[in-house]
Amino acid sequence: MRRAGVVVLCLAALALVLYPIVWLLSASLTPVEDLVAHLRSLFPGRITADGYRGALEGAGGESFWTFLGNSTIVASGAVIGNVVSCSLAAYAFARLRFRLSGPLFAFALLTIMLPAHVTLIPQYVVFQHLEMIDTFVPLILPKLLATDAFFVFLMVQFMRGIPHELDEAAKIDGCGPVRNYRYVVLPLSRPAMVTTAIFTFIWTWNDFFSQLIYLSSTENYTIPMGLRLFIDQTSSSSYGPMFAMSVLSLVPIGLFFLAFQRFLVAGVATTGLKG
Amino acid sequence: MVLAERVSSAPVKPAAEGAPPRRPSRSQGVAYLFLGPWLLGAIGLTVAPMVVSLYLSFTDYDLFNPPKWVGLGNYAKLFGDDPRYLRSVGVTLRYVAWSVPLKLVLALAVALLLNSLRGKGQAFFRSAFYAPSLLGASVGLALAWRAIFDTWVDTPDHALLTIVLLSAWQFGAPMVIFLAGLQQIPRDLFDAAAVDGAGWWRRLWSITLPMLSPVLFFNLVLETIHAFQAFTQAFVVSGGRGGPADSTLFYTLYLYERGFTEFRMGYASAMAWVLLVAIAVITAVLFRTSRYWVFYGDER
Repeated sequence: MRRAGVVVLCLAALALVLYPIVWLLSASLTPVEDLVAHLRSLFPGRITADGYRGALEGAGGESFWTFLGNSTIVASGAVIGNVVSCSLAAYAFARLRFRLSGPLFAFALLTIMLPAHVTLIPQYVVFQHLEMIDTFVPLILPKLLATDAFFVFLMVQFMRGIPHELDEAAKIDGCGPVRNYRYVVLPLSRPAMVTTAIFTFIWTWNDFFSQLIYLSSTENYTIPMGLRLFIDQTSSSSYGPMFAMSVLSLVPIGLFFLAFQRFLVAGVATTGLKG
Repeated sequence: MVLAERVSSAPVKPAAEGAPPRRPSRSQGVAYLFLGPWLLGAIGLTVAPMVVSLYLSFTDYDLFNPPKWVGLGNYAKLFGDDPRYLRSVGVTLRYVAWSVPLKLVLALAVALLLNSLRGKGQAFFRSAFYAPSLLGASVGLALAWRAIFDTWVDTPDHALLTIVLLSAWQFGAPMVIFLAGLQQIPRDLFDAAAVDGAGWWRRLWSITLPMLSPVLFFNLVLETIHAFQAFTQAFVVSGGRGGPADSTLFYTLYLYERGFTEFRMGYASAMAWVLLVAIAVITAVLFRTSRYWVFYGDER
């Protein structure tokens, strides 16, 4: 009886939480002329695909596929960069002994708390001198250099849990640190790497600030930047494509969420990822 | 350093501490090989830029002409001669003061609710409530939010509230952390309290909250640090300008405006350093107060 009460309460809360998502879905299917009336209702009266047709045409003279392609390149680059560079650094911190190990790891943890803004401007100046503004390099290069220290921390936590007897056995079989990393620790760290890959993908996919700063021409725009083109437009005729493109932008995140929710929730629960 | 170490590892189950590898001498050089990319990033993309940005904060720099030394000029102007800056500080402080507690209370309430469910039901609701934490950071959802609250967004009195609500809507991530913390509280504590006749409120107040306080502290520090840096949602909801009437002129939004639309890089660097110092001070204060209300297991 009490359990039933809790479930009812949870369902009510869930309805409230899902409201904006359902609203967005139905708004993307509502004809433009009905949208003003629709603002206060949840389900569309008439349904149209005009919004999606407009969304695929894109904005600012570029099609949606351009934005999608650019977002995919940036997100893939970030995922590969983070998984490789963070696992390398994590292996050194978790499994190898070297003189500055303690201070350097403490420094890595400290950078997690560092607001990006204190490094942003000099980074921008350097990339500007290298004529790399309006390319994907400033968005991907930092990931190749493991600047997302959170994932280093996540993998260190995981790698520390792998039994050291395995290292010893590998050493007896003649494995140096490099092969020990490649054949022992890396395969056993797969869950941590999957978590890193998923979160990197989702955060990069959603990222707006750095893309806003570094991408300037429409042909290089990612999906969030493409959506940004709608922000200034006040005419309601662009609402249909805007909502439709918003939905399309959230689809990959939704799919990743459905496929990997166990990894995601476990990752948050054990490390306190912000999500 | 101690600070980051404690924050970052608070809700983490202690990792098994195995014996360190026996012969360290040969792995010294190899270790730096593995560390190479990270070290390059730490020096080239963190330490060096920090030093440069501190230097730039004492200059006038427009990206095209060489920086001109102005001493404390930028900082003096920030606090003495820039009402919009002070406005942005006020907006950001108000946002932090509303959004963080609201989000944490929601997260805790839902975690308590879910903790009384078991098995599949709990797993389902936990995932479902977590979803907004992933979606809410996107431009797409912020656009929807702006449309849903379209009448509020246009009034200076309510615009900030919409962004606070959008932040509170993403209570899922701290909720998952709370729930993990709740599940680590030994059940016999509750049983003993029940035997002693403690009611629901009494148990919440005397057992659950004290036992949960390290997790609560962790969430509080993390959410506060993030809230100070909120950008995307304010940018989208306010149409990129912090309006109406600067009522949503977040700190980072103003920094962006000065630095990247007016190219006053020295001024923006000074703003970034004030932000860093403010976050550091507030984090330190939170740590100071924590000794009065955060209970770590053994001192119970």
